[in-house]
Amino acid sequence: MCGIAGILNFSEKRVDPVLLVRMVERIRHRGPDDFGIYTDKRAGLAHTRLSIIDLGAGQQPMHNEDKSLSIIFNGEIFNYVELRKDLVRKGRSFRTRSDTEVILRLYEEKGEQCVQDLNGQWAFAIWDSKRERLFLSRDRLGVRPLFYTVTEDAFVFGSEIKSIFAIPNVSREIDPIALDQIFTFWVSIPPRTIFKNILELPPGHSLTVHRKQIAAQQYWRLDYAEGSKNVGSAAAHEEQYAGELLDLLVDATRIRLRSDVPVGAYVSGGLDSSFVTALVKKFTETPLRTFSVTFDDAEFDEGSYQNEVTHFLETDHQEVRCSCEDIGSVFPAVIWHTERPILRTAPAPLYILSELVRAHGYKVVLTGEGADEMFGGYDIFKEAKIRRFCAAHPQSTTRPLLFRRLYPYQPYLQGQSDAYLRAFFHVRPHELKSEFFSHLPRWELTSKLKMFFSEDIKSQVRSHDGYADLRSTLPPGYSAWDAFCRAQYLEAAYLLPGYILSSQGDRVAMAHSVEGRFPFLDYRVAEFAAGIPPYLKMKVLNEKYLLKRCANGLVPPSVMKRPKQPYRAPDGKSFFHGPPLEYVDALLSSDRIQQDGLFDSLAVKSLVQKFRQGRAIGVRDNMALVGILSTQLVVEQFVRNFGDRPFYAEHRAGTAPVCR
Amino acid sequence: MQNIEQELRQFVVDNFLFGQPNGHLSSSDSFLDKGIIDSTGVLELVVFLEETYRIKIQDRELVPDNLDSINNLVRFLERKLQHTS
Repeated sequence: MCGIAGILNFSEKRVDPVLLVRMVERIRHRGPDDFGIYTDKRAGLAHTRLSIIDLGAGQQPMHNEDKSLSIIFNGEIFNYVELRKDLVRKGRSFRTRSDTEVILRLYEEKGEQCVQDLNGQWAFAIWDSKRERLFLSRDRLGVRPLFYTVTEDAFVFGSEIKSIFAIPNVSREIDPIALDQIFTFWVSIPPRTIFKNILELPPGHSLTVHRKQIAAQQYWRLDYAEGSKNVGSAAAHEEQYAGELLDLLVDATRIRLRSDVPVGAYVSGGLDSSFVTALVKKFTETPLRTFSVTFDDAEFDEGSYQNEVTHFLETDHQEVRCSCEDIGSVFPAVIWHTERPILRTAPAPLYILSELVRAHGYKVVLTGEGADEMFGGYDIFKEAKIRRFCAAHPQSTTRPLLFRRLYPYQPYLQGQSDAYLRAFFHVRPHELKSEFFSHLPRWELTSKLKMFFSEDIKSQVRSHDGYADLRSTLPPGYSAWDAFCRAQYLEAAYLLPGYILSSQGDRVAMAHSVEGRFPFLDYRVAEFAAGIPPYLKMKVLNEKYLLKRCANGLVPPSVMKRPKQPYRAPDGKSFFHGPPLEYVDALLSSDRIQQDGLFDSLAVKSLVQKFRQGRAIGVRDNMALVGILSTQLVVEQFVRNFGDRPFYAEHRAGTAPVCR
Repeated sequence: MQNIEQELRQFVVDNFLFGQPNGHLSSSDSFLDKGIIDSTGVLELVVFLEETYRIKIQDRELVPDNLDSINNLVRFLERKLQHTS
């Protein structure tokens, strides 16, 4: 795993190597083992390396024999062994055992279509100097990041935005539209990022740059047409589906253990990570070290389930305990890595966890990410199902009682009277017609946070319609898909890459040079899951039905039976729990809020007051606080004082996580 | 009761609208329809009523008819205060 960066000058002018060094220095955390740069008459490529496969060779940028092709690559191609054999059979010769060279040779063989053959997680760039074409590609589901911008005289790209900001003439400005999108959907809609003119290459896309022509093309997308067709088909195939899925998952896990360094696994205490750990344990010979995070706060802690899993599977286990103070102290560093506002602190404990992994000498971990999206695990799917069921008989007084089955971990919701429960989940007629039916309650709740926007931002986004933006990116056929599939798509195509795999995934793991690998996000698994009938994903209200069937007997029975609990961490109170945090006081002060101009200083003051008095307990207040504070940290660390990061140092000097 | 209405309005504005100017909140506006209150909001409201007016609110009283607008709140509170006095 690594970081990549590069510049393509539009005119024939050699790229200044100093610029490349600066770019790659910004992302050295992604690859501290080695680094390399390459320039020719107009292109410059830089690479920073975390050695995982073919430790001795495999330096990058890597070239073909006549140096007409050069590649820089971040990620892993898990089927490189098979692809290499194929290519050798076709007469291609290899100089290394690396997966990087496999991409290069495959490109020689197939050109830009090479991505279709890859099974993995990647962001790479190939400079084809003969054709004067730069070819960039990002993996299907968006595991690895890739950003770019266009300046007056060059195309500039990098694994992280901070490498692009290392170029002096690239401006660093907050995009109000992106802010509006994040304060609706939790993510900005790619290619848009929180920074004006900085674009993200969306998952499943490639991009070619030839002189000043830049063209993106989508080479893959999740397609639920087949899965929608199967609605109501005979249940006789259940057994067959379960068998097929298990075979696929075993293989997806097996190829993800390909590595020349030891591989660990995260254990959350939930089904998905337990299942992945079990697959490694039962179907491979790999000795396994597991890692987990526990919380001081019992509301969030899953330690007892984690213990059951690690005992059941007999793994060598390490855990790190996380307190509110820990979250408060690492948060500026976390935002330096996420490079975008977030509405939950959940990435912070994972940042602390990756530090633990690294401290034990591990560079690679397997995790259970993606199972909830692909196999229907989230409460939002359940909620949509119940809302639809209630809307079909609006007069029913018993149907709304089903809402008690939702969000068992939210005590305030559980304590509500029937009348309020009905009111909170009330379905209005226009919602039933919306293509976003499943997600409207979440997005409408999140949109409430916009009351904290300053008048200036409010007026800038007033005429903007986020739903229209989103609609314009929906795939053909979407509106004809089954309702359950549509909800899955919205999670898998937007929140998964834009939050789960980035802010909660790549960025906080790579902050400590740790690479995540996700068997549930093998594209064969994703395609299989998209193609099965929705009732096998959620049978009535039993989530991840088929997946549970596969996992039966492999994970502890208690983990199979426990109510689904999403991974969460203490939010707003993390910043007001212990001794005052200097950066919180500074960045949320009325003066500062007014100077930065994004939020209403009076409203922020009232919100902070509410937290200080310990009265802010609601989801909305917590999302608002975390959203505003993280936005202010983005402004501080990227717009105002790029690179200075005074608050970043606070963490290093502050409380180190306690390892047990 | 004029006072109580003002106090309640002030609480709603401070606590749920974060002091933002809200010329639009009329006494009959539904907190639910206006998106002012969520599930924890109901709880915050109850804590405020119980602490400020030294009343005890029963679970069965936690319904929109009692709590979902300034007017409903005033009516509910009047009734409660009569019972306790």
